[in-house]
Amino acid sequence: MNNRAQIRMLADGRRLHLHDGPMDLIVEAFGAPCEIQSAYRAASERFLNVLDELCGELSFLRQPCCEEAEWPHGAVARRMLAAVMPYASQHFITPMAAVAGAVAEEILAAMVSAAELSRIYVNDGGDIALHLTADENFVVGMVERPDRRSLAGTTTLTSTDPVRGIATSGWRGRSFSLGIADAVTVLADRAAAADAAATIIANAVDLPRHPAIIRVPACELAPDSDLGRRLVTQAVGKLTSAEVDRALASGMRTAELLLRLDLIRSVALNLQGETRVVGAMVEPRRIASVHERGLVHA
Amino acid sequence: MPDDAIRCDACPVLCYIKRGRTGSCDRYGNHEGKLVRLDPHVVLDRALERGDSVVPFLERSRDWDGTLVSHGETFVTAIGAGTTYPDYKPAPFIISSQVEGADMVTVVTEGIFSYCGVKVKIDTDRHLGAECSTVRAQGEAIGHVTTSEYGSQMLSLGGVRHLTGGSRQEGTATCDALLNLCNGKAVELKIDDGAKVVVQAGKPPIVDGAQEERMRVGCGSATIGMFAKQWFGKVDDVVVVDDHITGVLSEHQAGKLLGVPETGIKLKGRRSTPGRYFQVAEPGTSWGGTDIEDPLTILGKFNAKKAWPGLRLLMVSTTGEQHAYFELGEDLKPREKELPANLKESVSRIKENCEPALCTVLFMGGAGGSLRAGVTENPVKLTHSVRDALTRVTCGGSPVYVWPGGGITFMVDVTRMPRNAFGYVPTPALVAPIEFTLKLADYAALGGYLENVKPLSSIVAEDDGRKRVTARADNPWPLESGAKKR
Repeated sequence: MNNRAQIRMLADGRRLHLHDGPMDLIVEAFGAPCEIQSAYRAASERFLNVLDELCGELSFLRQPCCEEAEWPHGAVARRMLAAVMPYASQHFITPMAAVAGAVAEEILAAMVSAAELSRIYVNDGGDIALHLTADENFVVGMVERPDRRSLAGTTTLTSTDPVRGIATSGWRGRSFSLGIADAVTVLADRAAAADAAATIIANAVDLPRHPAIIRVPACELAPDSDLGRRLVTQAVGKLTSAEVDRALASGMRTAELLLRLDLIRSVALNLQGETRVVGAMVEPRRIASVHERGLVHA
Repeated sequence: MPDDAIRCDACPVLCYIKRGRTGSCDRYGNHEGKLVRLDPHVVLDRALERGDSVVPFLERSRDWDGTLVSHGETFVTAIGAGTTYPDYKPAPFIISSQVEGADMVTVVTEGIFSYCGVKVKIDTDRHLGAECSTVRAQGEAIGHVTTSEYGSQMLSLGGVRHLTGGSRQEGTATCDALLNLCNGKAVELKIDDGAKVVVQAGKPPIVDGAQEERMRVGCGSATIGMFAKQWFGKVDDVVVVDDHITGVLSEHQAGKLLGVPETGIKLKGRRSTPGRYFQVAEPGTSWGGTDIEDPLTILGKFNAKKAWPGLRLLMVSTTGEQHAYFELGEDLKPREKELPANLKESVSRIKENCEPALCTVLFMGGAGGSLRAGVTENPVKLTHSVRDALTRVTCGGSPVYVWPGGGITFMVDVTRMPRNAFGYVPTPALVAPIEFTLKLADYAALGGYLENVKPLSSIVAEDDGRKRVTARADNPWPLESGAKKR
């Protein structure tokens, strides 16, 4: 058994906190108390094995994805590969691009199969897997920059929407980005798919060779990064509004393509205070306060 | 791998972390070439002349005397050493030091023990609960009452079934109670259909709100034997009330030998041998561990053919805490009188002979296969080496008793360990330090990780928040061989 993992209820007595190595998840289920308990137990039991499973196949998961790749063994690894596979022929991407979303999805699946619950969210560092039953909804808050908690807007997801996954990517987040977006938030049918798409779109928000952008080979920051010697963004200087527009337009072209391919449902792109939306459901608007049932998405 | 990066082994991701950066978890970092940890790591410092307890030495070792190191005067404990679950790689610290010319190796790790518990000895004659009764903490079952020992009640708490086999609340309550008991804190326990008892290692138990003072001097029969001579001539009969065996002087062998005449006394309960009675009352928290409040309730009518008016009777409990003195009236019924001065001494002598009642807590755990794998590539060899007394096992630098038979299952008195030596993981399971000390040559022979052996001087020289504590004078020094115990 895994003895590293920290599994505890947060002080509010409602949310479950799961921590193991680089994984840090906040989980909340809504329903009858006994069902919540069964779901939390199932989540905890599944969580205990996730990191060891992933690390068993880590070298494979850090390799660029190609369509002829052999399938990995672990359920989470399979979710990761499935999520990045659509991009394999056109883009550089490794299954690691979907790891957070895939872990969230896996924990959510364990909970849904263990208990009858009306709503669940599994938030893995900002990549969120959702469960919604009839007539339920989630209010999701969105941030302009993943390193700040102020909300740029909210969107309401209802049970009739197909969206069950949310992910954000950007150079200010915990993982490296090849692009310059402060935050790209993607709504998709599943969390791993949203995670992979957010990575691809955030990479596309870019101004190649712009002098105000500082880029460093990933391996110089983290020797074992799956990005190898690829240049990752470390700082972005002040851009003109035309430059911001051009960078966002580049990201939007990619986002629109993914939308037409049904890989995602909608996207919000943020760069230096400017926001663009692709797809129907996101209605960015300034809000005075976070809805009580909302998720802070950071 | 770039030369300024280090490999973090806190989790199986095994990040290479560059200087000044953190790993993928943001919790472990490379600070000037060293993996940064949070917990201070305890170094046991042998100070021969110093006091009887472990004193935290909070300041860094700026006054460190290197010569002490070469004389084996410093021992690195596993407290705060961290662990390397799942132990497919060497333990966090494998340290060599010279002890009288021989290279000694100490393998230091913190074990995560799911298979662990505590054995609690509570010095009391009061009835705490029937054997096998469930013991609860925070309302959750965490163990059971086990066999009674001489003057003590034993509890067996924890174990894998309560830790991980029941509900989450049960596991958490068990882990909490074990952790607190092992770290010397007080824990309130409730025994099903029995007493509520506050247990703290090295402190008197508090049973149903009353602090226990003393252990009984012996069972009632033994007490008669011990004090018969002192009573002879001063009193006609003595009943020593005890939950196990109640003794009666005039019927007891000791009284017979002295020529104490029959008194016609009649006791309730089941007679075992002359002057010795089982089950004179129900177990309880009053007289001699029975439920007796009025001692006369255990007496029948005196035999009119043998008893006489004015007969002097002392009734006393096995701790001397309760006593009453009676004289028979014309109707041969006992009437309570003040205890004569010449009997007071014998009653207080019973008290004097009762040792202070304490709670003792022994941690018991098993070093599993994976933990042993952190010591050697061939774990069973470590077991054999411990068995053959080539390897000494210590727990936070304190001596342990290793059970005979398979595996490395050991017990340690938690009061002999440095303070707060135990931790936990939310699995839930207890984290306990464990050190294996053996000769370098023996370590090599059992397939140890020789390439990971670090000299002690490199450990104690590192200025990284290690805590120095004074070794207890009554503990054998961990690096000294068994033949040369102090």
